[in-house]
Amino acid sequence: MRSDRQQSAPLALKIAAAAGLLFLHLPLLLIFVYAFTTEEKSYQWPPPGFTTQWFAVAWNRPDVWQALTLSVQVAAISTAIALVLGTLCAAAVSQTKFFGRETISLLVILPIALPGIITGIALRSAFNLAEIPFSFWTIILGHATFCVVVVYNNAVARFRRMSGSLIEASMDLGADGFQTFRHVILPNIGTALLAGGMLAFALSFDEVIVTTFTAGQQQTLPIWMLEELVRPRQRPVTNVVAMVVVLVTLLPILAAYYLTRDGDQIAGGGK
Amino acid sequence: MSAEAMLRPAPAVAILPSRGGIVGALSDLFWRKPGLLLFLMLAPPVLWLGIVYLGSLLALLLQSFFSIDEFSGLINRELTLKTYGELFLPANLDIIIRTVTMAAIVTIASAIIAFPIAYYAARYARGKWKALFYLGIMLPLWSSYLVKIYAWKLILAKEGILTWLFEKLHLMWLIDAWLSIPVVGGNSLSVSATGTFIVFVYVWLPFMVLPIQAALERVPGSLIEASSDLGASPAQTFRNVLFPLALPGVVAGSIFTFSLTLGDYIIPQIIGTSRLFIGQAVYAHQGTAGNIPLAAAFTVVPIVVMGFYLWGAKRMGAFDAL
Amino acid sequence: MTEARLSTASNQMTIAVSFRQVSRHFGSVKAVDAVDLDIRPGEFFAMLGPSGSGKTTCLRLIAGFEQPTAGSIEIFGSQADGVPPYRRNVNTVFQDYALFPHLNVLDNVAYGPMVRGVGRAERASAAEEALRLVQLPGYGGRRPGQLSGGQRQRVALARALVNKPKVLLLDEPLGALDLKLRENMQEELKSLQKALGITFVFVTHDQGEALSMADRVAVFHEGRIRQIGTPQEIYERPRSRFVADFVGSSNVLPPDFVKLHGGQPRWASLRPEKIRIGNGEAGQGVAGSVLSRSFLGATNRVTVEADGLRLQIVTPAGQPLPDDGATVSLHWLPSDLHLMEGPQ
Repeated sequence: MRSDRQQSAPLALKIAAAAGLLFLHLPLLLIFVYAFTTEEKSYQWPPPGFTTQWFAVAWNRPDVWQALTLSVQVAAISTAIALVLGTLCAAAVSQTKFFGRETISLLVILPIALPGIITGIALRSAFNLAEIPFSFWTIILGHATFCVVVVYNNAVARFRRMSGSLIEASMDLGADGFQTFRHVILPNIGTALLAGGMLAFALSFDEVIVTTFTAGQQQTLPIWMLEELVRPRQRPVTNVVAMVVVLVTLLPILAAYYLTRDGDQIAGGGK
Repeated sequence: MSAEAMLRPAPAVAILPSRGGIVGALSDLFWRKPGLLLFLMLAPPVLWLGIVYLGSLLALLLQSFFSIDEFSGLINRELTLKTYGELFLPANLDIIIRTVTMAAIVTIASAIIAFPIAYYAARYARGKWKALFYLGIMLPLWSSYLVKIYAWKLILAKEGILTWLFEKLHLMWLIDAWLSIPVVGGNSLSVSATGTFIVFVYVWLPFMVLPIQAALERVPGSLIEASSDLGASPAQTFRNVLFPLALPGVVAGSIFTFSLTLGDYIIPQIIGTSRLFIGQAVYAHQGTAGNIPLAAAFTVVPIVVMGFYLWGAKRMGAFDAL
Repeated sequence: MTEARLSTASNQMTIAVSFRQVSRHFGSVKAVDAVDLDIRPGEFFAMLGPSGSGKTTCLRLIAGFEQPTAGSIEIFGSQADGVPPYRRNVNTVFQDYALFPHLNVLDNVAYGPMVRGVGRAERASAAEEALRLVQLPGYGGRRPGQLSGGQRQRVALARALVNKPKVLLLDEPLGALDLKLRENMQEELKSLQKALGITFVFVTHDQGEALSMADRVAVFHEGRIRQIGTPQEIYERPRSRFVADFVGSSNVLPPDFVKLHGGQPRWASLRPEKIRIGNGEAGQGVAGSVLSRSFLGATNRVTVEADGLRLQIVTPAGQPLPDDGATVSLHWLPSDLHLMEGPQ
C-alpha cells in the first residue's frame, strides 16, 4: 500500500468513510450541546435555550464529587498495581524464553478477552465463597486485573522494538543489573509505560460492568451515571457530568497517542 | 587529557571485584541465576492473575454444577447437570437465541460500516490525515462507554434529534412504519430492538475498524497493481484480491463485536425492549433471584460460543490481525 | 612512558585470553565444542568462520554474555568463570553497534565512566578525548539516530575504548558498512590497535578481512577451531580441506588425483594462482580442457577440467588466454602442492 502512483479514492468510498466517521463522532458532539440546554424534564431537541447554570449546580453536588473522588482513587491505585504487574510480566515474556510463555500472555489477555460480565460475576461469586466483604479494595482487585493487560501490551510492544543488545551493551560497559535497569531499560520503556498507565487509568475510570459486581455501597462515577441512566433524577446534571467525562477521558488518550506515535501503536484492543 | 592519556595502558586488573554491598551481591546473584530473576519477575503477576482471576473463574464454573432448591431457594452444593438442563427451557433458550442472533447481526452491520473507513485509512490516508483517522477511531473507542449509551438515549428519545430530523424531512411515516413491524419495532426507537441494535453497532464499531485496517495495511500495493496489470477491474480486484486478504481482519474484529455483544447487559437494559439478553439474565439471576448456579451456567454459554468462534477464527488466521 | 613499557613487558608473560577445553552447548546443539585457544596480549586476533560455526559464541564467552558448559576461560591470568560481564575489563563493539537511543553521543561514550562513578566533568572530557581518537570531535551533542552507519560504528568504538579495556571484542565490526568505508575502517582499526596496544579480538565471516587485518587467525567450523595461525600460514598451508575451501578459493585435490600425478595419496590444496597454463603438448604437465574463462579486472580466471576434476586457475591480466574447449597442459611446482591432514 505504499505506491506513489496512487490515484485519489473513489467518491463513493470517500462518502462511506466520511459517513462512518461522522456516525462515530456526532453522538459525542451532541453531549456538548445538551450540557448547555435549559430544558430540565426531557431530552427535547432543539434545546429551547442555552445556559451555563447546570455547571454550577453539578459543581455543588456532593454525590458527584464523592463518586468522582472514588473513581480517581480506584483508577490511581489500580493503575499503579497494573504498572508493576504488567511491566514485570512484559519484561519476563519479552526478554527471556521459558516454557509456558504463551500461556502467560494468554492469562494476561483473558480478563479482557472474555466478556466483562464473566469477569464480574466470577469475582463476585469468588468474594462470596471466600466471604470477603465488598469494599473499596474489592473494586481495585477487579480493576487491576483487567488493567494489567493494557500496560502489558504497551510494554511488550516497546520491549520488542528495543534492540536486545542494548542491555548487553550496558552490562558490557560495566553497569550491573540495577544500573542497567535505571539507566537503559527505564528510559527506553518509560514513555510506553506512561502511555500504558494513562490508558489503564482511562479504562478503570470508565469501567462499569465489572464494578457493578465488585462494589458494595460505593459509587464510582460510572455507577453514578448508570443510576442516572436507569432512573433519571436530574437530567441536566447528568448532561454536564457526561460532557466532563468525555473531556477527561480525551486527555489521556491524546497524551498516550503522542507518547507512542513514532513506532508502536496504542494497544487499542486493550479495552 | 590528551591523546597520550588515552594511550596509557589499561588498569592492571582484567576482572574487577564485585561492587560490594547488598546491591552488588544481588546483582551478581541475579546474573548467575537468571532463573531466579525470572521467577521473581513472574511470581507477582502470575500469582495475581492465577489466584484472583483464574481462581474466580474456576469458582464460577464450579457453581454452575450446583443447583438451587426450588422450595427453600437455598443452593444445593451437590454436583449436578440439572442447572445446565434449565438452560434448555423454552424461556432460557429464547434468551440465548435472541442474544446470539443480535450478536451476529451487529457483527455483520459493523463489518459493513467499518470496511470503508478502514479501507480509506489504510490505502488512501497519508501523513496528517492518517494520524487524524487513527485518532478519529481511537477517541470514540476509548470514550466513556456509558456516555456513548447516554448520547444515544438523547438521540433516540421521542422528543430527541432523530424524530425532529425526520419530521423536518416529512419522513416520520417511515419511522412509524418501521416501529409497527413486530420484533424489531416498539413504542419508540429507544424501547425497540432496533434501538438496541443501533447502539450496539455504534459502541463496538471502532473494535471492527482497527483490525480490518491492520489487515489491509499488510496487503502490499504491488499486489493490487499486479491484479490490475493482469486486467482485473477495480471491482474484480476488490472481490478477488483485497477482500480475501482483508478477511482475517474482519474475523478478528468480529471476535470483539461478537463477544462484547454476547456479554453486555447494560445497553439492552437502557435502550431496548423488556425481553432479556444473556447478560441481563445473568445479572438478574445472580442478583435479585439469588440463583447463582443458573447465572453461572448462563455465563458458560458465551464462553462456549466464543470458544467455537475463536477456534474457527484461528483456522482462518485471524489472530495475526489482532 | 617508562611505566607503560614496563607493564607492557610484564603483560607479555601472561596470556590475554585462554580457553581450556571450553564447550558451550545449547540443548543438543554444540555451539562451541572443546575449544583450546590462547590469545596473546597486544595481538590483533581474528575468529573466522561461516555463520553458525561458533565464533560469535566464543566472543560472547569472553565478554561474559555466555557461560561455558564445560572448560574454563582465563583473562590475563584471572579466572572468568561466573564473573558477570560488568565485572570484566573487556568491552565489546556490537554488530548493530547497540548505541543507546535515548542518550546523545557524548553520554553514550561517557556511559562506562558514568556507571563506574566518575564525575561529570571528568567523564565528559574523557568522552571528548575518545571521540577525537575515532575522529569524531564535536559530535557529542548529536543523537545516534542522526549519524551515518560509519559514524555510529566510530561512536561504538569510542564508547568501548574510553574504558581502557584489557581486551576489545569486535563482532563483525565492518559487516554493515559499504565497501569503500570498509577499506578505510580496516586501515583505521589496524592503526588504532597498534597505537593503543590493546588486544583486539574480532569476529568475521569475511576471509579477506581476517587475512588483511589480523596478526593471527582462528578458523572455526562446527563449533571447533580447525586451524590457528598467521594469515600466511592459513592461506598457504591450510591444514584441512575445509580451511582450504573457506580461506581463499583453493583447488582441493582428492588423494587419488594427487597419487595419479606423482604425489602421496593424500588430500592436497593448490592455490589457483600457482598453476600455469601450458600449450597442451603431450607428455608435459596435466592435460585438461578449458571449460570457461572470466575477466576479473587485474586477473583472469580459467576453469579447466582435468581427470574429472574442475580446477580454478588465476592468471595475471594481459597474458594470452586459451579458447573455450581448447586442450591445455597444467603445470605447478611440487612445493606449491600443499598436503593436508584430511577432508575436515
